[in-house]
Amino acid sequence: MSLKIGIPKEIHEEEKRVAATPETVTWLKKFGFSVAIETGAGENAHFSDDLYDEMGVEIVQDTKTLWEHSDVILKVRAPEAHPFLALHEVELLKEGAYLICFIWPSINPELMQMLVNKKATVLAMDSIPRISRAQKFDALSSMANIAGYRAVIESANHFGRFFTGQITAAGKMPPATVLVIGAGVAGLAAIAAANGLGAVVRAFDTRPEVKEQIESLGAEFLWIETDEDSSGAGGYAKVMSPEFIKAEMELFARQAMEVDIIITTALIPGKKAPELITAGMVESMKEGSVIVDLAAEQGGNCTLTEPGEVIVRHGVTLIGYTDLPSRLPAQSSQLYGTNLRHLLHDLCKTKDGQIDVDMDDEVIRGATIIKKGEITWPPPAPQIQAVSKPPKLAVKAPPFREKRKKKSTSWFNALSMLIAALLLLALSSVAPSNFMAHFTVFVLSCFVGYHVVWNVTPALHTPLMSVTNAISGIIVLGALIQVSNELSTTVTVLSAIAILVATINISGGFFVTHRMLKMFQQVDRRRK
Amino acid sequence: MTEGMITAAYIIASILFILGLGGLSRQESARRGNIYAMLGMFIAIVATILGSQVTSYGVIFSAMIIGILTGMYVAKKIEMTGMPQLVAMLHSFVGLAAVLIGFATYLDPSSHFYGVEKTIHNVEIYLGVFIGAVTFTGSLIAFGKLQGVLSGKAILLPARHWLNVLMLLLSIYLLIIFIDAQSSTIAISSLLFMTFIALLFGVHMVLSIGGADMPVVVSMLNSYSGWAAAATGFMLSNDLLIITGALVGSSGAILSYIMCRAMNRSFISVIAGGFGTTVSASGNNQDVEHGEALSTTVEETVQLFQDAKKVIVVPGYGMAVARAQHIVSDIVKKLQHQDVLVLFAIHPVAGRLPGHMNVLLAEAKVPYDIVLEMDEINEDFSKTDVVLVIGANDIVNPGALDDPTSPIAGMPVLEVWNAKHVIVMKRSMATGYSGVDNPLFYKDNTRLLFGDAKESAEAIFAQL
Repeated sequence: MSLKIGIPKEIHEEEKRVAATPETVTWLKKFGFSVAIETGAGENAHFSDDLYDEMGVEIVQDTKTLWEHSDVILKVRAPEAHPFLALHEVELLKEGAYLICFIWPSINPELMQMLVNKKATVLAMDSIPRISRAQKFDALSSMANIAGYRAVIESANHFGRFFTGQITAAGKMPPATVLVIGAGVAGLAAIAAANGLGAVVRAFDTRPEVKEQIESLGAEFLWIETDEDSSGAGGYAKVMSPEFIKAEMELFARQAMEVDIIITTALIPGKKAPELITAGMVESMKEGSVIVDLAAEQGGNCTLTEPGEVIVRHGVTLIGYTDLPSRLPAQSSQLYGTNLRHLLHDLCKTKDGQIDVDMDDEVIRGATIIKKGEITWPPPAPQIQAVSKPPKLAVKAPPFREKRKKKSTSWFNALSMLIAALLLLALSSVAPSNFMAHFTVFVLSCFVGYHVVWNVTPALHTPLMSVTNAISGIIVLGALIQVSNELSTTVTVLSAIAILVATINISGGFFVTHRMLKMFQQVDRRRK
Repeated sequence: MTEGMITAAYIIASILFILGLGGLSRQESARRGNIYAMLGMFIAIVATILGSQVTSYGVIFSAMIIGILTGMYVAKKIEMTGMPQLVAMLHSFVGLAAVLIGFATYLDPSSHFYGVEKTIHNVEIYLGVFIGAVTFTGSLIAFGKLQGVLSGKAILLPARHWLNVLMLLLSIYLLIIFIDAQSSTIAISSLLFMTFIALLFGVHMVLSIGGADMPVVVSMLNSYSGWAAAATGFMLSNDLLIITGALVGSSGAILSYIMCRAMNRSFISVIAGGFGTTVSASGNNQDVEHGEALSTTVEETVQLFQDAKKVIVVPGYGMAVARAQHIVSDIVKKLQHQDVLVLFAIHPVAGRLPGHMNVLLAEAKVPYDIVLEMDEINEDFSKTDVVLVIGANDIVNPGALDDPTSPIAGMPVLEVWNAKHVIVMKRSMATGYSGVDNPLFYKDNTRLLFGDAKESAEAIFAQL
């Protein structure tokens, strides 16, 4: 008997998303599940009952019936008290059923207890480990992506000017300057969206390794010099030292005076969001500026934010919406639904409509917070970082060593010059003047060669080598002088061989150089 | 021709050689430089032949004509990818000639020296033969390695440093015997024995140097061939040989220095050998969690190219081996027609010869103003959409910069990983010649395109 998946209508106020779309249900059916949906569940996301009906989904009119008959419940928001039935959603849940949705177990202990009493198996979408392999299930990322995009759209909506700079007949308009704090998924999405609208974007993050990502999206990376490593587990930043925070606040204070729009996305898991934008900073901002606080639900990065509200303080619009993904319901339902269908794919590898919660699978282990009424949360801490961080270098010592080396080389240089001079002196005292004359020529030629060759362009190093190779065939002169020896045939034979090989060298070297240079020249001529 | 006229001819030849090397400083004057050098050589040889000492024209002309024709034939036939082998082979000829001339000079019954002059003359002969012999076998081994006849890996004997020292000391000892020798039998046998040791020394020296260090080896042998000529000049009291030898010697030495600097290694450590075998175990790469190396397909690569505004191509020895330069050049032209900005980035030690990549690209008619050196282009990578790495490995290894324990730590590399996408064409996951694992392959923005560089490039070209 295959399991039945039920998709209730979301009851949270202003929640427009739905846990499955007509497209994702076809996949669920392929896995062998039968699917039922509460009437009107997809309406706010622009998916009518008819669309689901076409896909062979059973439309259930009554909320209670849907919950009662479903073995697996797919939801978006955590279960809460139903506004019309005077019942909690958990009470509606069938005993021993599966529930997959956002739960936030750390802040909802009562809910957890209720689910335990129901002997439910619960997979929390917010507890999916943030590792590379789990990206396809990662609803936090897909929702953050939407939130980041929507944050920019909301800010543009409340900002009284263009984002992009223009020069028109009616005058010049400067581009808007946007500061994005925190370059997680939401922050990066915000950077991309703001950049796409033509704004000048700056971004700050405590983790240096995101610099490349920020710059790749066209924003300027603001950074505070520090030795601290800020990467916490699971791709989040951790809490920084007081010195760092002080420097960080100074940076924000300076930026607040310059920028038009601030989008904050700084979250620390399981803690209240860090307070980054003070009332004073808001006051210092230009009239008409906008702040979007994506951390509003976790207490806000800006002191003045009111969760869920848009307010104006000191002439600055503060947007504290907590339902940004829900404001793009079709898009977010599609992405969330796809995350769920990937998760169900892994839960039902046999495609027979049965669920196997495999606790050896790192991702499923992490997501499962209650198994058959037993709390299995929190899971053992994930060990792999979401972002590979560049290895820290211990480069304190080298400069010191280098200095010492330099000192010793200059000492070495002086010594070797002294030795060379002494040797020269010794040589000249015994050697005949004839030899010294040759020696002079030799030394001078070395210097000439040194200066001439340094000027050779690196592209021509191969031709240089073949031409020097050819001219080192000058050694043939020695053989030429020796070859006409009438007293010794051995000498003549040796010389003749030497002439032969040296000539091969000369002609081979010159001709191959010529051939190479001709190629260079042809390229040159073609350019002209 | 009088003695004075010959000297004048030699002066002209010297000046022409210097002008010749000077001409190579720029592309425009390079060909003129080569012609100057040819002219200098011609004048020097003609003047010498016309000198009073030279009478046996028959032997000279037959030897020279065979030599010239052979040289021309080889120069015409050689593939540009085979340049390193040719250069190595030609070096060995200079070495051989130096050895032969040294012996001929020693055996020449017409020479008469006494006292200090005799000692100096003998030392000169000895040195000339020694350097010549080392150059000869060293170049032959280098040729074998480059040609693939011998393994590119460094072959390390257990006490190789001591062996080298021993051979050097033995050579010095033989020098003393040679100089003090009362009978010509002792003298000639010590000279022969030393030659044998020097030949062994050349073999051992180059055998113990790994394939990645070949640019250094080849330029070092270039330098040796110059010193061999200079030593011969001393022994024959010929200033032109001394001048030319010194020019070539210092040129090769500078090239070796430039190559060593490009690898952040000291000359001594290269020559002492052993790079690539001893160090691969000491690198801590095994401990590092790399993640996965992702492969890609020709189709995806083509897609990336078509979406790109700026592409940088980084060629390495693999391109030379696959002879892919022509098809790469065709791809570049096609991309340029699609208004993609394409540049080439050349690392100083890419390939097996200084400037090797430039020659290959020139052969494929890539305009050289889009071929840039490492220092010119390294900052451009961050503004680049796609980097195509063709058969290069160590020169794009980020470990050289951020892993202090890496055997190639501190070597300047092309920072390709700063680009948005990096496509690496590779035959397999094997390490480069240095034997060091390359973290580049595991980066998020890196994709590996496995297969023969030429075949992959042809497939890309067909789909563009």
